[in-house]
Amino acid sequence: MTLETSDRAHVTETLDEFRARARAWIESNLERSDSSAYVGVLRPEASDEEELALVQRERDIQRAMFDAGFAGICFPREYGGQELPRAYQRVFDEELAGYEYPSRLQVPTFVPCAAVLLEFGTEEQKRRHIPAILKGEELWMQMLSEPSGGSDVAAAVTTAVRDGDDWILNGSKIWTTGAWWSDWALCLTRTNWDVPKNRGLTVFMVPLKQPSVEVHRIEMLSGSREFCQEFLTDVRVPDGDRLGEVDDGWTVGTRWMFHERMYRNSPYATIPAGTSRGASRMPELFAVARDAGRLDDPLARDLLGEARMLELVKQSLEQRVSTGVATRTMSDQAASIARLMSGVVESRLVTIGYEFTDANGAAWDEADGAVAQRGVDHLMRQVWCIAGGTTEMARNAISERVLGMPRERSHDPNIPFRDVPRSRPAT
Amino acid sequence: MLLDPSPDQEFFRETTARFLAEKVPPDEVRRLRDDPNGFAPDYWRAGAELGWTGLLVDEDLGGGSLSGLGLVDLTLTAHEFGRRAAPGPLCPTNVVAEMLGRYGHDHRETLSSLVAGRATAAWCVDEPRTGSRTAAAPVDIRIDGDEVVVNGTKRPVEAGGTADVLLVTGRTGQGATNALVPRQAGGVTVTPLRSIDVTRRYAAIDFDEVRLPLTSLVGEAGGGADDATRARRTAIVVSCAESVGALQAVFDLTVAWAFDRYSFGRPLASYQELKHRFADMKTSLEGSHAIADRAAGAVATASSDADELVCAAKAYIGQYGSELVQDCIQIHGGIGVTYEHDLHLYARRAAANRSGFGTPAEHRARLADIVELREAS
Repeated sequence: MTLETSDRAHVTETLDEFRARARAWIESNLERSDSSAYVGVLRPEASDEEELALVQRERDIQRAMFDAGFAGICFPREYGGQELPRAYQRVFDEELAGYEYPSRLQVPTFVPCAAVLLEFGTEEQKRRHIPAILKGEELWMQMLSEPSGGSDVAAAVTTAVRDGDDWILNGSKIWTTGAWWSDWALCLTRTNWDVPKNRGLTVFMVPLKQPSVEVHRIEMLSGSREFCQEFLTDVRVPDGDRLGEVDDGWTVGTRWMFHERMYRNSPYATIPAGTSRGASRMPELFAVARDAGRLDDPLARDLLGEARMLELVKQSLEQRVSTGVATRTMSDQAASIARLMSGVVESRLVTIGYEFTDANGAAWDEADGAVAQRGVDHLMRQVWCIAGGTTEMARNAISERVLGMPRERSHDPNIPFRDVPRSRPAT
Repeated sequence: MLLDPSPDQEFFRETTARFLAEKVPPDEVRRLRDDPNGFAPDYWRAGAELGWTGLLVDEDLGGGSLSGLGLVDLTLTAHEFGRRAAPGPLCPTNVVAEMLGRYGHDHRETLSSLVAGRATAAWCVDEPRTGSRTAAAPVDIRIDGDEVVVNGTKRPVEAGGTADVLLVTGRTGQGATNALVPRQAGGVTVTPLRSIDVTRRYAAIDFDEVRLPLTSLVGEAGGGADDATRARRTAIVVSCAESVGALQAVFDLTVAWAFDRYSFGRPLASYQELKHRFADMKTSLEGSHAIADRAAGAVATASSDADELVCAAKAYIGQYGSELVQDCIQIHGGIGVTYEHDLHLYARRAAANRSGFGTPAEHRARLADIVELREAS
């Protein structure tokens, strides 16, 4: 299975015609993007009411994109997509640069969730959910991490127990982005404690808006309350909402994490290309340097050059790995190379922004313009090396799975998961 | 290196790889340290027959590319050169051939000798920095009746001592001028310089009232700035491809060493501290491949982001490539700093390329200028 769409693509217009149609539609239907959007690192959101209004606006945009034939450009037609080659998605992304777009719906709804559904869902599951996702009717989250597990995702202890035609889920998931305004989640659970950890997992699709799922919002040190923790208490899930085979959830999980690592180059996500704020931090970094009065400072200019260099290398590497994986000249594991680069580069860009601010990075006034909050961004810097799998895990994957170096000695091989020492329960 | 070369490109790369493996194995590269020319004429002629010298020249002038993008094809040769620390003026000869090709009908004979490998060329562009200990008069090219007169000093000039023709980029008033100077012309003095790269030869070249016919001009007197800019971009693309080849060789040697070398009863490759460093190195190596190829493609297609990508490639490969090489030397331990080990043969190539055509810091500064201009527009 590759990221490329099949060769039965339904091409009825040339790339240039498609581009012209996309440009005309975008210009007459979307607003120019707010130049202060997407800056910083997990900055505090607007009020809950405003955040919900933004989510609704993005659902509406998604619906409008669907009606205009621009949703799911690389998704199969039988599920409501356009089934076009990925070059068409790239063109659409290019035309989208500088405009608002349904950013909250891309990750994790389209990638990894919809991508995983396409790979592992039954015909019925795909027909039920993919069109709804393409229309902005279902927003999905990923219930993968757990409070006790850290990087060891396969050590999930959220349990699913069979009860007739249903399953009963109990446990807790964490770091689910935006779960409080979402509809569905992919959930990795333990269904068998008597086999080694990777062989006793199963994936389910879980509706979030129900009394037995309690969503608790986590405040980050920056003040953002986008991340959530969920407590699942006797959540009843029909067997028809199981994704993949019983106890074979790790097969689903590895592809799930692959799609997550590759989201920036996924044909399933819509992300503006080029120089929009979403794709480049340079306008933001120049704004900080300007507002800090350092635009003519050779030291600052050296850092600005470094930032652009790193950004271009990161983009180029992502393209290279994406092409390599799609054409089978690189293994899926090469996605870890792109992940490591993006973590290291993004965190470095944040440090560069903080460097420009001098002492005003530590103590500021909202009138300081782009200088304000840079210190908080700096404190949040490691998010880029933690979220989506830590860079340490990426380094392990690259050395062991790409370069073939000896694996770290495992302390839980071939023993039933119930006998594996685990973290004490989180209090 | 290109991730998805066409069958033609792959055949071309493979042919050069086999030729270099046979003609310039590491022992031969070591032997060349004591060879004043650094390479043999028949080696170069054979390489020219394989296609090393005509990729940037139009077909009707005796050249031709495989893919329609000659510079991209040339990066495959350059990559193999780096990978094997191969000798020969690949970069300067191609840069000069490309510029002559733009004025092909004026310089047909010189061009055909370069493409055929009967002659080689050097590009004289760098000058000693004003105020430095080596400071000298910059090169002035003036027109005197029906003669071109060249004065001044260029250094360092790669292959300056062996090249048959020197393409000199100098000043005519406010403008840049490019002129072809036979190395044997009266008034040309070549002083060999020492070099970290055992297979390359650099020189300082003084031009003292060198008089040439007007036909020596390449393009218009005073109108050569664009040609010089394009030549610099080509040179950077070629040298980046070479450096990436050298980095790949250094990395491959070190990965193999990590599997073979045992300490405390286990291979180096089993230590997590080293494994994580290898992961970092692999990432910067793939990043180097990626940015080098993207820059080559952008220059070859004259894309509007070509300048920016060229600067990013030169800055990144210079900075991170140097770190990669030194990390690999570190992991080898003491043997990594001996002449006996092959590691340094490739490290030299990458280190020499780091400083030529702009240091990483110079390219970072240029990147800041490019982005600022775009932001302002």
